[in-house]
Amino acid sequence: MKQIWIIARMTFRETIRRNIVLTGLVLGLLFLVVFSLGFSDIYGNLLERAANSADPYIKTMNGEVVSFLTMAGLYASTFLSVAMGALLGADTLSGEIASGTIQTIVAKPVRRAEVVLGKWLGFSILLAIYCLLMCGGTLLSVWVQSGFIPRNVVNGVPLIYLESVLIMTVAIAYSSFLPGLATGGVVFGLYGLAFIGGWVEQIGALIENETAIQIGIVTSLIIPSEALWKRAAFEMQSPISSALGVSPFATLSVPSPLMMGYAVLYLVFTLMAAIHIFNQRDL
Amino acid sequence: MTVSAIKTENLRKEFGTQIAVKGLTLQVEQGEVFGFLGPNGAGKTTSIKMLLGLVKPTSGTGTLLGAPLGDRPALARIGFLPEHFRFQEWLTANEFLQLHGELLGMSSRDLNLRRDELLERVGLVEFRHKQLRTFSKGMLQRIGLAQALMNRPALVFLDEPTSGLDPVGRRLVRDIIHDLREEGTSIFLNSHLLSEIEVTCNRVAFIRHGEVVRVMEMSALGKNLSMLTIRAAGLTAPVVAGLEQWGSEIHVDGDTLTMTIRSETGLPEINHFLVMQEVRVYGFTPNRLSLEEIFIQTVGEDGGL
Repeated sequence: MKQIWIIARMTFRETIRRNIVLTGLVLGLLFLVVFSLGFSDIYGNLLERAANSADPYIKTMNGEVVSFLTMAGLYASTFLSVAMGALLGADTLSGEIASGTIQTIVAKPVRRAEVVLGKWLGFSILLAIYCLLMCGGTLLSVWVQSGFIPRNVVNGVPLIYLESVLIMTVAIAYSSFLPGLATGGVVFGLYGLAFIGGWVEQIGALIENETAIQIGIVTSLIIPSEALWKRAAFEMQSPISSALGVSPFATLSVPSPLMMGYAVLYLVFTLMAAIHIFNQRDL
Repeated sequence: MTVSAIKTENLRKEFGTQIAVKGLTLQVEQGEVFGFLGPNGAGKTTSIKMLLGLVKPTSGTGTLLGAPLGDRPALARIGFLPEHFRFQEWLTANEFLQLHGELLGMSSRDLNLRRDELLERVGLVEFRHKQLRTFSKGMLQRIGLAQALMNRPALVFLDEPTSGLDPVGRRLVRDIIHDLREEGTSIFLNSHLLSEIEVTCNRVAFIRHGEVVRVMEMSALGKNLSMLTIRAAGLTAPVVAGLEQWGSEIHVDGDTLTMTIRSETGLPEINHFLVMQEVRVYGFTPNRLSLEEIFIQTVGEDGGL
């Protein structure tokens, strides 16, 4: 356990010293600025329209727009967290094997499993902070400007975090036997697959096409990243917008709690596979 | 009975169809400085990696300090400087030694003490707060060596420890090896610099095609394996035949004869024999065979390709 913590600390320090965190923070900050400015402008517009309108439903409509914008902001935060997870994980084992820095580490009284778990832990802590900053920044910006807080945030944000950790774990597993660049390709490919699968599922649900829904579920089984977002969105969005129709943030076909359990198992299994492959490797 | 520092029995490594190490059998005693010699691609680095548990042997067995290969308590008593040393370059020299000390399970007090001592020893005290990315190759090798010695190891593996160093750095490494030897540390030294091996090692193994082809005591160098050159008149066929009792590979070219003698103790006898045979001797020169000559003789001119 002590060795895991030593490796985790080293990993954490590495991401900071190699400016990976700084890059992520700059991009994230840029996103938050753009989002806040956009939100501010649209929200001002909405208030103006509400003041000049006699429509009794305008307030509800405005509320839906605010909710939609918030979900869009959270969706972007999710993507940034996932991208961060993929980039952190993709080069970690492969990079150290290629450069040879791993040799002096593994020749110490350290289990290889401890190396993998230490890296995973270091990245998980980092992603928790990053995810909290991104989602928290988005939510804070919306709340300060409009007083709106999506419902069930405490259920939704952890699912977003889980998605970023899942992608990071998958990246570590592939980087245990593929070079960094190939790992990045595979991970983003899988992420894209899940994304398309999610859309096919939503459209399938809209037109009541069972096959399309099945395809979506199968891709969720291949990689349950999009399912985690769908569930997070379902938890946090207003009930009306779920009923309205297809958008990346609306969920007609809601991933079940069973699927959430599957995602957790998937993560654990992937981490174990990473350890196993790394254990067998010649370094 | 004392435990050997290293003992291996037919360690073998295949990468697919390629045999990297055919069958490594060797024994290194505690306190020995053991040179591991062989041409490029002979399997030296793969052998070291197998001993340290970085590469899994296809077959064969071995022990380090009496424990099976990969045993973690044993690894805590071992130091390693890899050949293509690349370290966590985002760490400062201080942090780097700290990290490796922690991984070795050292107490923080002992760690700080030892770290300062080694930074001093390898001459990097003033660079302790600089990140390794700013270090030259020679400086990296020095800090790498310090890393390998953090735990006051009982056994150190040095894979090409002087390859990137200038003469001053080489001298430093040689001095450190000398000190370690005095302290009774076992050293497994892989180097192409035969002159280094000559002055530092007790014993060497020559490896070719992933097999130990010869193990030699360094004290034997110049004693048991000498060349003799004789310049004389009257080197008749019976005289040449008579010389065969002290050596072999006798070549005569005009008035010059060269031969490999079995033992230095034969020299006075040869001298006496020549006088008795009424050979007129103008020159009598025993030559020590250098390690380089033995190397070429052992692994072949082609370098074992």
